[in-house]
Amino acid sequence: MTTTALPKRTYLNHEFGIKSWLLTKDHKRIGLMYLVLVFLAFVLGGIFAAGVRAELTTPAGDLWSSDTYNKLFTMHGIMMVFFVLIPAVPAILGNFVLPLMIGAKDVAFPKINLISWYIFLIGMIVTVSAMVFGGVDTGWTFYVPYSTQASNTNVMVTGIGVFITGFSSILTGVNFMVTVHRMRAPGMTWFRLPLLVWALYATSLVQILGTPVIAITVFMLALERGLGFGIFDPTLGGDPVLFQHLFWFYSHPAVYIMILPPMGVISEVIACFSRKSVFGYSFVAFSSLAIAVFGFVVWAHHLFVAGISPYSAMVFSFLSFAVAIPSAVKTFNWTATMYKGAIWWKSPMFYVFGFMGLFLVGGLTGLFLASLGLDVHLHDTYFVVAHFHYIMVGGAIMGFFAGLHYYWPKITGRMYNDTLGKASAVLVFVGFNLTFFPQFILGYLGMPRRYHAYPPEFQVFNVLSSAGASVLAIGYLLPVLYFTYSIFKGQAAGNNPWGATGLEWTTQSPPLPENFPDQPVVTEEAYDYSKREIKVA
Amino acid sequence: MPDALAAHAEAHGHSHGHAAHHPDLQHHFETLEQQKEASTLGMWIFIIQEVMFFGGLLAAYMLYRIWYPTAWSEGSAELNIQLGGLNTVVLILSSLTMALAVRAAQTGKQKALVGFLIATIALGTVFLVVKGFEYHDKWVLHHVPGLNFQLEEGQVPQIAIFLSLYFALTGLHALHMVIGFVLMSVILWMALRKRFTPEWYTPVEMAGLYWHFVDIVWIFLFPLLYLVDRAHQVQ
Repeated sequence: MTTTALPKRTYLNHEFGIKSWLLTKDHKRIGLMYLVLVFLAFVLGGIFAAGVRAELTTPAGDLWSSDTYNKLFTMHGIMMVFFVLIPAVPAILGNFVLPLMIGAKDVAFPKINLISWYIFLIGMIVTVSAMVFGGVDTGWTFYVPYSTQASNTNVMVTGIGVFITGFSSILTGVNFMVTVHRMRAPGMTWFRLPLLVWALYATSLVQILGTPVIAITVFMLALERGLGFGIFDPTLGGDPVLFQHLFWFYSHPAVYIMILPPMGVISEVIACFSRKSVFGYSFVAFSSLAIAVFGFVVWAHHLFVAGISPYSAMVFSFLSFAVAIPSAVKTFNWTATMYKGAIWWKSPMFYVFGFMGLFLVGGLTGLFLASLGLDVHLHDTYFVVAHFHYIMVGGAIMGFFAGLHYYWPKITGRMYNDTLGKASAVLVFVGFNLTFFPQFILGYLGMPRRYHAYPPEFQVFNVLSSAGASVLAIGYLLPVLYFTYSIFKGQAAGNNPWGATGLEWTTQSPPLPENFPDQPVVTEEAYDYSKREIKVA
Repeated sequence: MPDALAAHAEAHGHSHGHAAHHPDLQHHFETLEQQKEASTLGMWIFIIQEVMFFGGLLAAYMLYRIWYPTAWSEGSAELNIQLGGLNTVVLILSSLTMALAVRAAQTGKQKALVGFLIATIALGTVFLVVKGFEYHDKWVLHHVPGLNFQLEEGQVPQIAIFLSLYFALTGLHALHMVIGFVLMSVILWMALRKRFTPEWYTPVEMAGLYWHFVDIVWIFLFPLLYLVDRAHQVQ
């Protein structure tokens, strides 16, 4: 492996110059362009989080004023949700590997793919400028009537930014869905598709059905705030709870936009590094669709204390429990895949183990919150904050990093330092638990979210949490260093450094501009590891 | 779909060395048929997301109509049913001319294609002009919520919600019409340059799908907004 040179002609070097990137229609380059934007958003969101954690090291609200603190957690949430978690796996890794995985030359609509990136860029510029010029303090949920009548921060501009960004997500969903339907290589039947493709397909479904609803909700919010239309205004007979329904109709399924694609990544990585076919392939595939569908009928569990009828609350509670079934199917099947496999201890697999542990805790604590009685006690406390960070950071970001470490040799053609990769995975895992586990306890003891001051007896847990956040930051900074180093000095990876199955590993790394030298033909099932050599290192 | 429209530039700009390719076949598709199927599926999926987009507003409509039937009945009576009815006819006619335009493209009748596209754009313009008159009347009557709204004596206050939804729904529909104009102008420009052949006219068909969708939205909006409790008021 050390002696192989990088291929001569790749998607990275067949054209040069800034224009060749900004006008590219190559899905691989567009994926990398998303990586740049998402990375910037991640840094920005991280800085806001650091501001929040710094304030919370002391019980008194002494570092920031309460107004500034409100802006910090709001902007942290908006950056991380709309500009990091939602695009991370689909727009970066999905763009890069989806056409490769199904043996296509590109996505179905390459120009729309580029337009999506520009829409994302414009949305991000608008949102960030709203933050730079004064910020926004409504919480990322924009609840009315505070957002329409009381807040005097940049709600309008932020809303427009989120509205614009949504269309990037929708168009990516349309593109991926058509790509999976119409661009598969000969022999690539639906049940030979890698599970990441199934996951991306299910995600596209949610993006297409859910995102337009948040767009129209923000549109109504803008009409009400900007022009004084009365749709949610209680003084005219409007219903603020309607806003919450519409908001969560998208924003709960959005959680599955964030977590489904990383779940697909986990299936890929586990099969490769256990040298086994994924246990119960069709169950894992259909569980992705089931999660996407169930995800649309659970939104009102965010409204249990908003005064909705107890009967509908019971139905939503039951349905929320039901989502646990397909999630558990996946978790059990992944475990069964590893069982008696030849586990190969490499960086991506370390991230997978981190994902498994953290997602399990996040998922199980979700059941606490889906219980009607318990939710009344836990609603709007740090328990909720801890729960969704376990899913979104522990699950989604961990899965994204697993995928980034898995596909990095394919993307750049070079290997990174595996020891540092493992170290980073361990640091993230330890730092994450240190940050967020104390928040479960804080929440259970009654500390509400979104306050900049708290009773002194909560300080020890908050200090633990802030300390953990710094460990977490180091864990996330480390990959920046060794990935950057690898681009210049890393060893050439060769076509298939992991000995993985899948079309994406049959072409050179980095791939050709047109992906494959000849149209690939698929003759075997996904994850046919029975003929692959077992590696131990 | 814009992508299908953009197909030319790309196909003409690159030379892949495959001599037999149709000039409008993009490099990442194998056949024109695959390309057309992809565009059609993409357009339908896009229309599904449009349904969800309007769906959010219609959900609000449904809730408040159940809560405030009187406001809906009184609010609807304030709308001009003649102008609304006229616009419904105009839009249905424009769908007809659009369908005929697609047919003309399919059979390679260049002149008819241009004529029907111009007719579609003209009918769309009539619709927007009539809509403009309606909006103007509402302004004069102080029926625009937030900007110059005044309740008349004896009216229920929730009429403001009805009229808010009226402006949000019809405004969003008008916005889609304007986007349709841009689309149609591009198609017309391409048709004038004789870009479409019976073998390849996907952009005409995609623009047609979009136009019919916008038309159908109005077919729902007209009874939902203009025809609430009309029978009751006649008596």
